[in-house]
Amino acid sequence: MSELLTRTFMTALISGGLLAGVPLMFTAVGETISERAGVLNIGLEGMMLVGAYVGFIGAYYGHSFWAGFAAGIGGGAATSLVMVVLCVRLGLDQIVVGIAITLAGEGITSVLQDSQFGGTYPRLGSPPTIAIPGLSGIPMVGKSVFDQPLIVYLGFAGVAAVSWIFRRTNAGLNLRAAGERPEALDAAGVSVVATRSYAALCTGALAGLGGAYLSTVGAGTFTPFMTQGQGFMAIVIAMLARGKPLWVVLGSFLFGISLSVATALQLAGINISTDLVNMLPFIAIIVALVAFARRSYLPPALALPYVRGAR
Amino acid sequence: MTGVTTNTALSPETRTPVERAAPSRRLVVDVLDVVIRSIVPVLLALGAGAILLLALGRDPITFYSNIWKGGIELTAWQDSAVRAAPLLLIAVGLVVVFRANIWNLGYNGQFLLGAALISGFGPRLVGSEPRWFALVTLTLLAGAAGAVWTLVPALLKARYETNEIITTLMMSFIGVGVANILIKGPFQDPTVNIPQTRVLPLDKMLPAIPGTRIHVGVLLALAAAVIVHFVLTRTSFGLRLQILGANPRAARHVGLNVPRLILMSFLVSGLLIGMAAAADILGTWGYVRANWNPAYGDTVIPFVFLARLNALALIPFVIFYAVLSTGGDLATQQASLPTDFLLVLVALILLFMTVIEYLGRRRALGTSYLTPGLEQALRYSRRRRKTSE
Repeated sequence: MSELLTRTFMTALISGGLLAGVPLMFTAVGETISERAGVLNIGLEGMMLVGAYVGFIGAYYGHSFWAGFAAGIGGGAATSLVMVVLCVRLGLDQIVVGIAITLAGEGITSVLQDSQFGGTYPRLGSPPTIAIPGLSGIPMVGKSVFDQPLIVYLGFAGVAAVSWIFRRTNAGLNLRAAGERPEALDAAGVSVVATRSYAALCTGALAGLGGAYLSTVGAGTFTPFMTQGQGFMAIVIAMLARGKPLWVVLGSFLFGISLSVATALQLAGINISTDLVNMLPFIAIIVALVAFARRSYLPPALALPYVRGAR
Repeated sequence: MTGVTTNTALSPETRTPVERAAPSRRLVVDVLDVVIRSIVPVLLALGAGAILLLALGRDPITFYSNIWKGGIELTAWQDSAVRAAPLLLIAVGLVVVFRANIWNLGYNGQFLLGAALISGFGPRLVGSEPRWFALVTLTLLAGAAGAVWTLVPALLKARYETNEIITTLMMSFIGVGVANILIKGPFQDPTVNIPQTRVLPLDKMLPAIPGTRIHVGVLLALAAAVIVHFVLTRTSFGLRLQILGANPRAARHVGLNVPRLILMSFLVSGLLIGMAAAADILGTWGYVRANWNPAYGDTVIPFVFLARLNALALIPFVIFYAVLSTGGDLATQQASLPTDFLLVLVALILLFMTVIEYLGRRRALGTSYLTPGLEQALRYSRRRRKTSE
């Protein structure tokens, strides 16, 4: 066991976990927002991929990571417009449209990447980081946790803000009402459609940002299908966190760490199957579900389009 | 007309005005309705795809004629038929659960697990046992693997109403992982450098119809579609699933054993998806390479909806997609595009389908509150007013 706790291993594990966890966190918080408002977003994978591609293009040609993040947010939000128009405005089936968005996102980013770079994968440099004075001096964890790009700190602040908005503001109350009992929200004179539209747009923007972080900071390049099911992982995290943003953070980093364990173990000289390690978080959740029979709480109006006057 | 079954997943209303029209006109209008709702999205998607191709600087006419060339002409249609077999089996498996409004999204794990088991045990089994016995056993083994993999989500949903979207997705990730571990571990062919299983000898694979490459798996898939259609539309089990899908509370209220129904539909679905792996591995590939994931289910889902959860109507749609994807290999290669361009086409079909569905529902909504008699009277008075003017 002592060889497991070497410096290289711990540093690789924690920094890798953070690197893999941040995109999951952005995306899963986004999903939490729309799930609370009653919109189930199965198209997260597609939105992440669009964000990843557009974000990479933004950072590559804009020569700035911020241009990449902004482009990713824009790309994700634009993709979620499809969801807003078809599912929230027209009330079409959210699962069907979500699958379509995922397929379209996978296909279109692969085609565009190919036509733009023709089989080559240009790389970006590493992003500028900000070390928090004092904390970054802690041995082992300091350098890997407290020396991050600014967007990560902003992300944590953003999650705290979302949590506060949910509990303490009118907007948050409206949002939750749209998922719990849309009729009541409508009767109170607030537009369900508008509330859900904003929520879905936020989701797209956050998924896009998550994708952009994945391609620009995480991998440094865009490769087709690079999300590898992380959009679906984010859905799982959001559902298990029962709409609580702070739990989302915890879940994201648990998944992030499990994604990075294999790399860290290889650095420490232990060869273990990546497949096995990647399965572990899912196995843990399934076992927990079976053993404790906990229901993952979902808003009652989730995935149901709201039609005024319909019963 | 059995072709129009109510799609509980897509449209909440159970009766369209078309169904209430005069009986003599009903059939014509019904057929027209089905054609419009099913064919138009495909045409629109192909049109939008052509615009996309132009935008990418490719010639859409060459592209689509290459699909025809690579998917139908000469003997290419046989390749399309062979490719349709696993797709159809998966699609039929999805129909069984979607009818009950259960979302089994774990098809990738169920499929790959079946595929891994077949290619692991296959070479040994066909070597020692008679061919027919080995093939039947392997097909059943794959089916059983698929079915077993749905057990956890099914039981969790049946007992605790745990959302099956999460559980099936997670089981799918685990299934893909287990399949890869098996292929890289105990099932790996030690004589090859790349992690893959041993290759089945060609003469031990599923027998083909003489003179063609179409193997028995294609017939199995067609038979499965017909049988499932019969069971779903002509038996009480099918009706029970339909009730469960339409309204779980009503199902419980009329005394149906809902947990058992959930379990049954999950198991049948997993069985068919596992058998799809048998048709694909025993019929076409003969081995599995590590990290291979064709994700058939993802691309076939749109057609399940397009066929409005009707197993028979699925046959032409799946054949259409098989032609599209077989010919698409040639067409995308010639146009130097990645094959993922086909995913865009599929997504477009899905999006246009939901829009057409919406327009159809809009048309239905205007009259849906009228009783048939009242509607007749209204139509009569309207007509009279028109003639008197």
